[in-house]
Amino acid sequence: MRLAPDKRRRLFAGAGIALVGIALAALPFALALVGTSWVRIANFAVLYVLLALGLNIVVGFAGLLDLGYIAFYAVGAYTYALLASPQFGLHLPFWAILPVGALLAALFGVLLGAPTLKLRGDYLAIVTLGFGEIVRIFLNNLSRPVNITNGPIGIDRIDPFRLGPIDFSKTGHLLGIAISGPMKYYWLLLVAMLAVIAVNVRLQDSRIGRAWEAIREDEVAARAMGINTRNIKLLAFAMGASFGGLAGGIFSAIQMFISPESFVLTESIMVVSMVVLGGMGNVWGVILGAVLLAVVPEVLRWSVAPVQQALFGRTLVDPEVIRMLLFGFALVLVMLFRPAGLLPSAVRRRELAERAG
Amino acid sequence: MSGLLEVRGVGKRFGGVQALADVTFAIQRGEIYGLIGPNGAGKTTLFNTLTGIYAPDEGAFVFEGRDISRLPPDRVAAAGIARTFQNIRLFANLSALENVMIGRHVRTRAGVVGAILRDRRTLEEERRIEARALQLLEYVGIRAQANAAAGNLAYGDQRRLEIARALATEPRLLALDEPAAGMNTAERQALGRLVRKIRDDGVTLLLIEHDMRLVMEICDRVLVLDYGERIAEGPPAAVRRDPKVIEAYLGAPA
Repeated sequence: MRLAPDKRRRLFAGAGIALVGIALAALPFALALVGTSWVRIANFAVLYVLLALGLNIVVGFAGLLDLGYIAFYAVGAYTYALLASPQFGLHLPFWAILPVGALLAALFGVLLGAPTLKLRGDYLAIVTLGFGEIVRIFLNNLSRPVNITNGPIGIDRIDPFRLGPIDFSKTGHLLGIAISGPMKYYWLLLVAMLAVIAVNVRLQDSRIGRAWEAIREDEVAARAMGINTRNIKLLAFAMGASFGGLAGGIFSAIQMFISPESFVLTESIMVVSMVVLGGMGNVWGVILGAVLLAVVPEVLRWSVAPVQQALFGRTLVDPEVIRMLLFGFALVLVMLFRPAGLLPSAVRRRELAERAG
Repeated sequence: MSGLLEVRGVGKRFGGVQALADVTFAIQRGEIYGLIGPNGAGKTTLFNTLTGIYAPDEGAFVFEGRDISRLPPDRVAAAGIARTFQNIRLFANLSALENVMIGRHVRTRAGVVGAILRDRRTLEEERRIEARALQLLEYVGIRAQANAAAGNLAYGDQRRLEIARALATEPRLLALDEPAAGMNTAERQALGRLVRKIRDDGVTLLLIEHDMRLVMEICDRVLVLDYGERIAEGPPAAVRRDPKVIEAYLGAPA
């Protein structure tokens, strides 16, 4: 059978996507052979992918440096926790809460965006950093006079996701195969991730995506071309924040416990690092960055001690110390040799070349 | 001919400097109107005040019968005035085509929902945006460079691309800030032809230009500014002989 070249190419692309899809769907079975904790690690990696893709809209597409992004994760997480736990005795289903959390996070995004419209670069970074801290400190202190968040103690006994007879916190059986809770969450996260990737890719290649690029490149020229920079920036903040809110809700259910400690500044910096390391503005680069930064520290956690044993016969350096050392070293190397990220966007590569040249 | 833009007693002050003082003139539909004057005369300030980057301290800009003096730049563009910049402000890292496509923003509508769902109307609009942008690149003569990064284009082509991007917003008045700066004779003559073609296709032009040969060649009327004040207006040949203009450019006779 002979096919026209573009038809054949489409067939290949389709087959490739199907293979990747099957591999991704089967991944938890392979990981479960190593240990269930690796399925959990995979889940956190996907959560970070959601966060990094959300932040990529703000930082990568619109060029607005946001160092308080984790606040939106917190808003989503607390929205879920308050509406599905004994805290207020509410136990709403997850599919009803997740959109609420995403919308509320988007609202917070606008709340952060509105007063910072005239700020750029370093100044914007400082204000967003402050915003992230304000949200965390509020969560820490909203236990008096009316107890809402339970303060630093956090909220526990949060409901896991339940869909009909399926309980995501318990191991179930399907055709005699044991399906653990983390595996169920993994598939749910996979679906969420694919949706978020599709939204990112489509937004980038659209009228709105071009307006974001225009603002990042030259705000004065963008306005002269008739782009309402205020609305377009607020849209970036809101869209980015909503992904953070969605991820937060899922995080809350997986952990079944949250406290303000999960939403500290270093988490924001982690997500920014993922975006920058992977290649800001490039969806695939950002995904790679998120997966690497989520998984590599875990791999090091498990491998540093045995490697030392094998080399020197004993553990010379505390694994926890050397783990972060290697991690930091790797980041420095990447930034030295691939300053635009591992998989830079074409535009970003040009920007850096221009500055160097 | 009917009045397209009326500038009524516009004044603008920066601290102690009176950048514009009581500037009054009117541009007729379909003409090429020049704005000249020595360095620091207030030409670019007038552009920036017209296009909403600054608000005038006194006076008003009335465009097609509507007061646009207090509108922000994006609303001015929507009202039908597009501009280029003296120190070229392209989206340098984006392709030439994308630059012009961004110019279509103000005349198109697709929002987030359309972008995500890619419904038929959005796809159709997107197709029209691209087709129109390619058409405009062809119009200014740089169609072959559609996929090159704007910042990598030759200098003259960057000027042309800025014009194409401005035309993409469907202006009735196109304001060009020193479009011939840095061009050689051949490029300048080609630019002159392009400006005439744009006028013949129904767009009125306002043009800041230092190059007197170009001004003499293509402008129907010129306004001369000096120290923020209007010192002469009229056809270029007449203005050139005006003693006040000669004095402004060459200094007072000893």
